[in-house]
Amino acid sequence: MTMISPDQRPQGAERRLEKGSETPTAKRSRRVWGRPDLYTSYRQDMAMLNTRPKQLGVLAIVVVAALLPFVTSDDLLKILGTGLVLSIGAIGLNILVGYAGQVSLGHAFFVGVGAYAASALAGDPEGRYLGFGVDIVPVWILGGGIAAAVAGALVAPIATRLRGLYLAIVTLGLVVIGGYIFTEWRDLSGGAQVGRDAPQPVFLGSELTIDGAYTQEQKLYWLFLVVLVISAVLARNIARSRVGRALAAVRDRDVAAGVMGVELGRYKLIAFVLSSFFAGVCGLLLFVANGVFGPERFTLLLSVQFIAMVLIGGVATVSGSIMGAMLIALLPRISAELPSFLPFITSAANEHPNIFEVEIAIYGSLIVIFLLFEPRGLFGIWVRIRTYWKSFPFSY
Amino acid sequence: MTSAVEAPVGGAHAASREPVLKVEDVQLKFGQVTAIDGVSFDVLPDELFAVIGPNGAGKTSIFNVISGVYRPQKGRLTLDGKRLDGARPAAIARRGVARTFQNIELFANLTVIDNLMLGRHQHIRYGTLAAMAWLGRARKQELLHRRAVEEIVDFLGLAAWRAMPVGLLPYGVQKRVELGRALAMEPRLLLLDEPVAGMNLEETEDMARFISDIRGELGVSMIMVEHDMGLVMDLADRVMVLDFGVPVTTGTPAEVQRDPRVVAAYLGGDLDTVPDAPSADATPSEIAAEAEQVQP
Repeated sequence: MTMISPDQRPQGAERRLEKGSETPTAKRSRRVWGRPDLYTSYRQDMAMLNTRPKQLGVLAIVVVAALLPFVTSDDLLKILGTGLVLSIGAIGLNILVGYAGQVSLGHAFFVGVGAYAASALAGDPEGRYLGFGVDIVPVWILGGGIAAAVAGALVAPIATRLRGLYLAIVTLGLVVIGGYIFTEWRDLSGGAQVGRDAPQPVFLGSELTIDGAYTQEQKLYWLFLVVLVISAVLARNIARSRVGRALAAVRDRDVAAGVMGVELGRYKLIAFVLSSFFAGVCGLLLFVANGVFGPERFTLLLSVQFIAMVLIGGVATVSGSIMGAMLIALLPRISAELPSFLPFITSAANEHPNIFEVEIAIYGSLIVIFLLFEPRGLFGIWVRIRTYWKSFPFSY
Repeated sequence: MTSAVEAPVGGAHAASREPVLKVEDVQLKFGQVTAIDGVSFDVLPDELFAVIGPNGAGKTSIFNVISGVYRPQKGRLTLDGKRLDGARPAAIARRGVARTFQNIELFANLTVIDNLMLGRHQHIRYGTLAAMAWLGRARKQELLHRRAVEEIVDFLGLAAWRAMPVGLLPYGVQKRVELGRALAMEPRLLLLDEPVAGMNLEETEDMARFISDIRGELGVSMIMVEHDMGLVMDLADRVMVLDFGVPVTTGTPAEVQRDPRVVAAYLGGDLDTVPDAPSADATPSEIAAEAEQVQP
C-alpha cells in the first residue's frame, strides 16, 4: 500500500527496483519479488484493485458467488438473486447520494421507469398491454436503463436550483407523481393490484424463467450476477475517473469546484443520469426476478429501502452498496428464522409479535445503529477489520 | 523573514507590456451595502500585485468578482484583452484564472493527489462513457496528468502526504495543497487569498519561497491578498490599499508605506486628526504593528 517516490526510496529497495524494472517508463513495471506492495508505476497505483490481496479476495468472492447456485436451495437463491438486483440499484443511488452528495428520495421512481420501459419494449405487441416485441435481452436491459436515464436527465435541472433537504423533498414528490402515473396508465402497468407480466429473458436459446437443465432460480441468479459485476466495474471506473472526482468535488465544496473549472450543473446532470440508469436496470431485473409486479411497489418505501442500503452499506463505496443491499434483501429471511431461536416471536401474521413486525423493527434499528456507531457502514467495519489485521499483533 | 526572499524582479521591466488583467471601475453591491466601489487596477505579466486593507475592506470580494463567484453591478474586467465579467466560474477557470481561498476550501474527503488532479480537471480530456470503460484514452489521459500532478507534489514537497485525505492534514500542509491545486490548473493568473494566514514563522517562510519560486520558475502573474505586511512588502511589485471598498492608493511597497492615507486607513482615523503619521523611513513591521493594534 505504501507509495514511495523515487527520491525517498530506501537504499536497498532502490537497488532491487533497478533490477526489477529496466525502463522506468515501461508500461507495466514488474513487481519486486518479496515486496508485492511497492508500486513502481502510477498505473499500478491507479488500478482498480491495487493490491494483490484485493485482487485475490475479489476473485474469490466472484467465484464463490458464481458457484453458489450448485449448493444453495432455490428459495434462498431467489432471495440472493433479488439482493444482487437491489445491489445494482444501491450502486446507482450511491453515485447520486454518496459520490455527488445530492440527496434523493426519488430512486423508486427511476426504478419504476426502468421496469416498465423494459417490459413495454419486450412486451408482446399483440398482448393486453403496451408492447414492442423486442426480444433481444441486452437491448431491453439497456433500453430500460436508458429510459430511466432520460427521466433522470429531465429531473436533474431541479438539483441545480435546490440542495440538501429541499432536493430530498422535491424528489419525494417525484415518487408520488410516478406512483400516480404507474397506477393510472393501465396500458403500461396493468393497473393497481393487477400488474403486468415481466419480460421473459431468453438467452442463447434458453428460457431463463423456465426450468430446464438448470432451474429458473439458478439461471436468473447467474444473469443477475453478471449484470451486477458489470455494473460494479462501471461504477468503480466512474468513481476513480475525472467524472468521479468532479462529483466528489461538487459534494465536498461546490463553490471551490466551480472555481476549479467543474461545471456544477453539468455534473449534477451526469450524477442523475448515471444513477437513474443503474436504477432502471435494477427495476427491470427486479421485475424479472418477481415475475409479476404491481405499480404499488414503486413507492416511497422502496426509496427509503435504497437509502437504508446506502447508509448501512457505506456511503460513497461500491462494495458497501452491495453489502448493504444484500443485508436488506436477506432481512426477511433472517427474521423468518427467528421463531426457532426466540420462541416468543411467531410466524403467524395474526399474532404478535410476528416476524413481519420484527423485520421492520430490525430494519429501523439498523439505520439508527449504523448512523450512530458506524457512519461509514458495513464498509467501515470491513476497513476496521482490515486495518486491525494489517498491523497484527500490534494494536496501534 | 526579510532575508528569506529575493528582491522582486518582475515589476520594473514589466511596465511596458500589455496587462494580463485589467479591472476598470468595478462596483459590487449587496442590496444597499456597497462591498467595493470604483476599483481599477491592472496586473502585468509576471507581476505580483498585492491588495491590502483592513478587515472588511473588500479584498476577498475583488477575488470573488474576478473568479466569477459574484457579478459586479458596474465595471469591466478583461483578461488578455477579452471580457471576463459575466462568465461563470468554470468558464473563467478555463480562461486560466486559478485561486486559493482564505478559509481552506479543499475537497476534504479526497486524497492530496485527487485534489491536485481536480485542479487539472479542465486539462483532462475524456467523457463520461470513456470513464466508465476506462480503456485506452481515459487511462492514458489519467497517467499523463498524474505525472504532471506528481511534478507539483515534488515542487511543493507534498510527497509524504500524497495518499492521505486532505481533511486529516495539518493546517499548514492544507494551505500548501490548496496552492498546489491552483498551480495544477496551469493558470495565467493566480489569486492568492491570505496564503500565510494563521501560519507560524517557518510555514510563512516556506510559503514565501514557494510564491517567489512560482514567479521565478513558472512566470505566473499573481494577485495576493495578505495581512502579513512583512510578506507583502518583501514580495509584491505593486500594492493596492483598499479601505471600505474604495482604493486608497496604488504603488510600489515603498511608496505605499510612506502614504499617510494608508496609515489613516489602518488606524481608522481622519487624515487631519491622525496624531503622528509615520515618518518616511518607518519600517513595514512598525506599520503592521500599529495596524494590528486597531484590528480585533
